[in-house]
Amino acid sequence: METPLFTYTLRLADNALVLGHRLSEWCGHGPMLEEDLALANMALDLIGQARNLYTHAGAIEGKGRSEDDLAYLRDCPDWRNILLVERPRGDFAFTILRQFLYAAFMHPYFERLAASKDETLAAIAAKSVKEMAYHLRHSAEWVIRLGDGTGESAARLKEALEDLWPFTGEMFEVDAVERALIEAGIAVDPAAIRPAWDATIDHVFGEALLARPRDGWMQTGGRRGEHSEHLGHLLTDLQFLQRTYPGATW
Amino acid sequence: MYAQALNVAEKAHADDPELRARFQARVDAEEKIEPNDWMPEGYRRTLVRQISQHAHSEIVGMLPEGNWITRAPSLKRKAALLAKVQDEGGHGLYLYSAAETLGVSREELVGQLLTGKAKYSSIFNYPTPSWADMGMIGWLVDGAAIMNQIPLCRCSYGPYARAMIRICKEESFHQRQGYEIVMTLAKGSPAQKKMAQDSLNRWWWPALMMFGPSDKDSQHSDQNMAWKIKRFSNDDLRQKFIDATVPQGHFLGLTFPDPDLRFNEATGHWEHGPIDWSEFNRVVRGEGPCNRERLKARQKAHDEGAWVREAALAHAEKRAARKAAAKIAAE
Repeated sequence: METPLFTYTLRLADNALVLGHRLSEWCGHGPMLEEDLALANMALDLIGQARNLYTHAGAIEGKGRSEDDLAYLRDCPDWRNILLVERPRGDFAFTILRQFLYAAFMHPYFERLAASKDETLAAIAAKSVKEMAYHLRHSAEWVIRLGDGTGESAARLKEALEDLWPFTGEMFEVDAVERALIEAGIAVDPAAIRPAWDATIDHVFGEALLARPRDGWMQTGGRRGEHSEHLGHLLTDLQFLQRTYPGATW
Repeated sequence: MYAQALNVAEKAHADDPELRARFQARVDAEEKIEPNDWMPEGYRRTLVRQISQHAHSEIVGMLPEGNWITRAPSLKRKAALLAKVQDEGGHGLYLYSAAETLGVSREELVGQLLTGKAKYSSIFNYPTPSWADMGMIGWLVDGAAIMNQIPLCRCSYGPYARAMIRICKEESFHQRQGYEIVMTLAKGSPAQKKMAQDSLNRWWWPALMMFGPSDKDSQHSDQNMAWKIKRFSNDDLRQKFIDATVPQGHFLGLTFPDPDLRFNEATGHWEHGPIDWSEFNRVVRGEGPCNRERLKARQKAHDEGAWVREAALAHAEKRAARKAAAKIAAE
């Protein structure tokens, strides 16, 4: 039986690793050299956050599982990331818009998590908030450039927004697991993030001449282990060596 | 027309024996040549060719290792590999900047790469089918690159020499990281050890070829030595690399795929068997296992990025126009 704190920490870790993995797919294929380096930087930040969070999750669980056991030896139903981060990387508009939507949420989220009563989570959040500030600034600048760039870039950005918007609702979900942790001052209540997120989205979309979609029906399930078809393929790559050579040291 | 006239004027200037003599005296005195200094046209051309080839090699070199970023076997290895490939992109960036100080644009140089006019290091036309190749590239390919590049930190052209100082520091870190991957495999399970040996068998000869043709067949050496762009011969550097690397391989219990490899007590050097230069020439000509694939991957990234670059430019122009309009309105 997973404890709420373990599940909560794992959700944060899985979000970071899966999104970091998606960003890392760009390495060597970016639209320009400077952006290739920037995408790799953000991927490295997220993988670093995931490593700290997995190590903490393993310690909370107390069964001796390491960061790599958690990343490499779980199948899809045991992954707790939101569906947003597992979407395939798409084109640059899709990648950078997803990064913006995620960072606009995670930046204020980590600001609050830095005051968590769980000292390790607070320390990880305090480090990560600086990284997310950069991700937010960088991705917002690109959203504006693409939205107020050429006809093609604006059309691609709009298309990406239509694809991504239904996946933003899951960031704000709270279940019983998290409710108790929020009340105990350990987890962050995403409802408290909403005003900051809305303000960022509205401001940047305004500059990008991008209409904000209505909050209609939203996708859900990742945090409970109900994933899209894409996560399995990601894990096939991620876990290939660990699965093919069980027990080896790398 | 105008550009042509300029070229002619420059050419006449370039042949000025007095300027040439003064230039050579500065090089002989180990002074650094800087972008605004007079330099012979051949010196400038040689540097543009060499620095841009080096930059292209860094960029194309991201592909064989990039092949394993999503499949690295642990989070620590994944982060280290991603950071390493990112470093290579960074090296490409400062090398293109160093080349730009000689009056060529990055766009022009990238264009030469994509049309196949410019070369890059042939080593990156070999595939990376196994994880062990990540170790082998670090240990052997970066190891060979360092042997070639350390003398370039003293290259007579200032911007190139300074770029190389930073690059060499990072490369030597990559080499240690690569050797550590190979060591982990060599001390691992029989399957891992086999993976390492198989990878060494594939990379050893191509790594030795990285130093270029044997001195007796090398075209550019003498003039480049006089200009202090090059300081050691291909064969000398290759020997240095072999002497450093063979004991490291033996320490791991690995075997080099050269039946003639033996230590000469009298000279203190490892002697190697004949290098198959026909293979080298084939791969340089474009007939290596991945030449077409590598260039196509670069072309694809370039083409798919075109709309992004255009958007960034269009946005910058709109901003500048709005700023100018606001300024006029304020006045």
